Amino acid sequence: MQKTIKLTISVFIFFILLVFYLSLNKVSNYDTENLVGNKLNQIKLESLEGINYITNKNLKKNSYTLINFWASWCAPCRVEHPFLMELSEIKNLKILGVNFKDKKDNALNFLDSLGNPYHYLAKDIKGKQSVNFGIYGIPESILIDKDFIVIKKFVGPLNFEDLNEIKKIVSSL
Amino acid sequence: MLSNIGNILLLSNVLIGALIIYYSFNCLKTSNNLVFKNIYQLSLIQSTLILSCFFTLVAAFLVSDFSLINVYQNSHSLKPVFYKISGTWGNHEGSLLLWVIILTVFSFLFLVLNKNHPKNYRLHTLIIQNLLILGFLFFILFNSNPFSIINPVPKEGLGLNPILQDPALAIHPPLLYVGFVGSSIYFSAAMASMVSNYNDRSFAKSIKGWVLISWVFQTLGIMVGSIWAYYELGWGGFWFWDPVENASLLPWFAMTALLHSLLVLEKRNALYFWTIILCLLTFTLSVTGTFLVRSGILNSVHTFANDPSRGIYILVFLSIMIITSVYFLFTRYKPETNHISGNSKETFVLINNWFMMFYLITVLLGTLYPIFTDVLFKSKISVGPPFYNSVIAPVVVFFLVFMAIGPQTKWIKNKFTNLKQLSIILGGALLTNFTIIFLFKSYSVISNLIIISSLFLIFSSFMDLFKKTKLNFARIISHLSFGFLIFFIGLNHNFTIEKDFNLKLGEEKVIDNYKFVLNDLELINQINYKAIIGKLRVKNMNTNEERTLKPEIRIYDNPQTLTYEASIKTNFFKDHYLTMSNIDRSEYYNVKFQEKPLMIWIWISVVMLSLGGFVSLFKNAKNN
Repeated sequence: MQKTIKLTISVFIFFILLVFYLSLNKVSNYDTENLVGNKLNQIKLESLEGINYITNKNLKKNSYTLINFWASWCAPCRVEHPFLMELSEIKNLKILGVNFKDKKDNALNFLDSLGNPYHYLAKDIKGKQSVNFGIYGIPESILIDKDFIVIKKFVGPLNFEDLNEIKKIVSSL
Repeated sequence: MLSNIGNILLLSNVLIGALIIYYSFNCLKTSNNLVFKNIYQLSLIQSTLILSCFFTLVAAFLVSDFSLINVYQNSHSLKPVFYKISGTWGNHEGSLLLWVIILTVFSFLFLVLNKNHPKNYRLHTLIIQNLLILGFLFFILFNSNPFSIINPVPKEGLGLNPILQDPALAIHPPLLYVGFVGSSIYFSAAMASMVSNYNDRSFAKSIKGWVLISWVFQTLGIMVGSIWAYYELGWGGFWFWDPVENASLLPWFAMTALLHSLLVLEKRNALYFWTIILCLLTFTLSVTGTFLVRSGILNSVHTFANDPSRGIYILVFLSIMIITSVYFLFTRYKPETNHISGNSKETFVLINNWFMMFYLITVLLGTLYPIFTDVLFKSKISVGPPFYNSVIAPVVVFFLVFMAIGPQTKWIKNKFTNLKQLSIILGGALLTNFTIIFLFKSYSVISNLIIISSLFLIFSSFMDLFKKTKLNFARIISHLSFGFLIFFIGLNHNFTIEKDFNLKLGEEKVIDNYKFVLNDLELINQINYKAIIGKLRVKNMNTNEERTLKPEIRIYDNPQTLTYEASIKTNFFKDHYLTMSNIDRSEYYNVKFQEKPLMIWIWISVVMLSLGGFVSLFKNAKNN
């Protein structure tokens, strides 16, 4: 009996030390900058209406997609809204709006009063999906190409310079 | 030049450590019970040299000697003198030097203050402690040398991380290090006890004072870190179950269990091997914590100094420590035949130990689980407060009840003669709890149970003060303060009010019964930072109470960093806590406001808790 206990303890200690060793070679720091150049393989977001999902399939026909994270309660989102409206008119670009930790009615009222720039509307009520996109606050926007490669990430509300930059990238096609 | 002095002092320490081990082995061969005089002398020189080495580094920081990489990376000529000094241990290399100081000074003091214990036991302790010292000295010399030079010499330093430029943070590491590095001495003593067969109650006496010192400092160190996180990190709480906080809590659980099991060993000469396991576990957990924090495998807001290359060294060190101690334990272990009655003080002390082990395992699992899932299943998860709160909170209720009853029991064989008194105390606790609910508001069942059980502990500890038997002040103070700590945490948790919103200059916002106005924004220039200070008027419209809070957004120059300073107004009843952060490219500021009742009493309870340890320490010193 004593032998079994000793053996179990030894194996357990060895296992912990081994995991510690293996974990040393892992990069654990989360850095959203690393996302640029990466491919977004598995996009699966519930639509705002909640009846279907928006996935890579929906977006692959677009030359460029701007994924914008917003909410009706977010004041800076109002500031960037006119720029999104302007971007929505560009032919090569489609905009996917991800409504972040919001209420559906408030979100729809927001779009009714300020205009709807989004070609696709998704929701992330708990804010968990957005973590996969490296979002740590809203508004944030991610510009991806038809292969779902992240070209640029915009933290904070889009401004005039961002607008021009997006236009330039999109028109270079 | 300071680099050369530092390196020479470090190398001298290696030499002296080796000499102490050599002479100790020689001394073990002699038949009398006297320790060689030169071992005392060498130990004194060792402590003096390591302190000189540390002051050399302090001097390098004071004169801003940027030829040292460490000073270049962590200081700046414009930094206030106070932070130049605290910068010495505010980084990985300097803090390791502090490690070695504590290992060395404790080694010397243990040798000098335990003259009435057998020579073999003392010398084995000294040998093992010096092996630990050598291990850390090699780590410093080959991997983390604070005296490494840089060429060409930079004109200016990079500066200390701004969130470390804080009075609380200046004292937090030294306090905590005395706690968990101090536990090294009873790790060494436990090993020595097994090697030299010194396994009776005298062994308990020889380490009791050291366990108390480390426990008191560990408690205070955790508290100062917690206070710092409360006002500096802007999260508005006192405990976040952050992996690094947990790393400091793990040895604390083991120490607390050890303090209690020592009582049994001292009084009844029982639980020897269990006590040994706790001695070994405490320091092993301290080194494990250091490994987790310094290697960078844990993601944490505290992980300032991480580098996987250092991890491998600490891991090898940790592995050797664990394997050696487990080897000794397995080869020396003899089953004990303890005749402990189910209804005796011994059993209640054991119950304390089970609870401590339960907390320890819970926190250890929560801390390590994300690392395991990441390595084994490549899935990144984090274990947060809901896990800890839901697992720990219900168990705390039983713990507090046992903590209240335990001290009432007698050694060997107990009879409950005071059931009537306990029922009255329970009645008082129930009544007080329902009065709070009646006067203010109701809370969850589990909160009810926690508050009732904490009141039960408080009242029964108070009653102990009026007993005719000899009073154990240390125990009463500690148990009473722990009861108060849980009581205040319970109330604070249930009565905190939190508001989160965006506001721009001149704007007024009314949320529930609070009115907020951002009256003014002021820009000020300090020596090493600029600050935007918001003046926010907060009015409670129910009570007409009005306060102006001044949160800051600081922009540090060296290194360029943005920090958010909470504005906290404290009184005996509540804290008003407010942070303000700018929203990128917008005129709005995000404001987080909290009203946290009885905050100051949480800190006071922890100070009182450690005071109990101090009282016990003085009593122990007097008795010996």
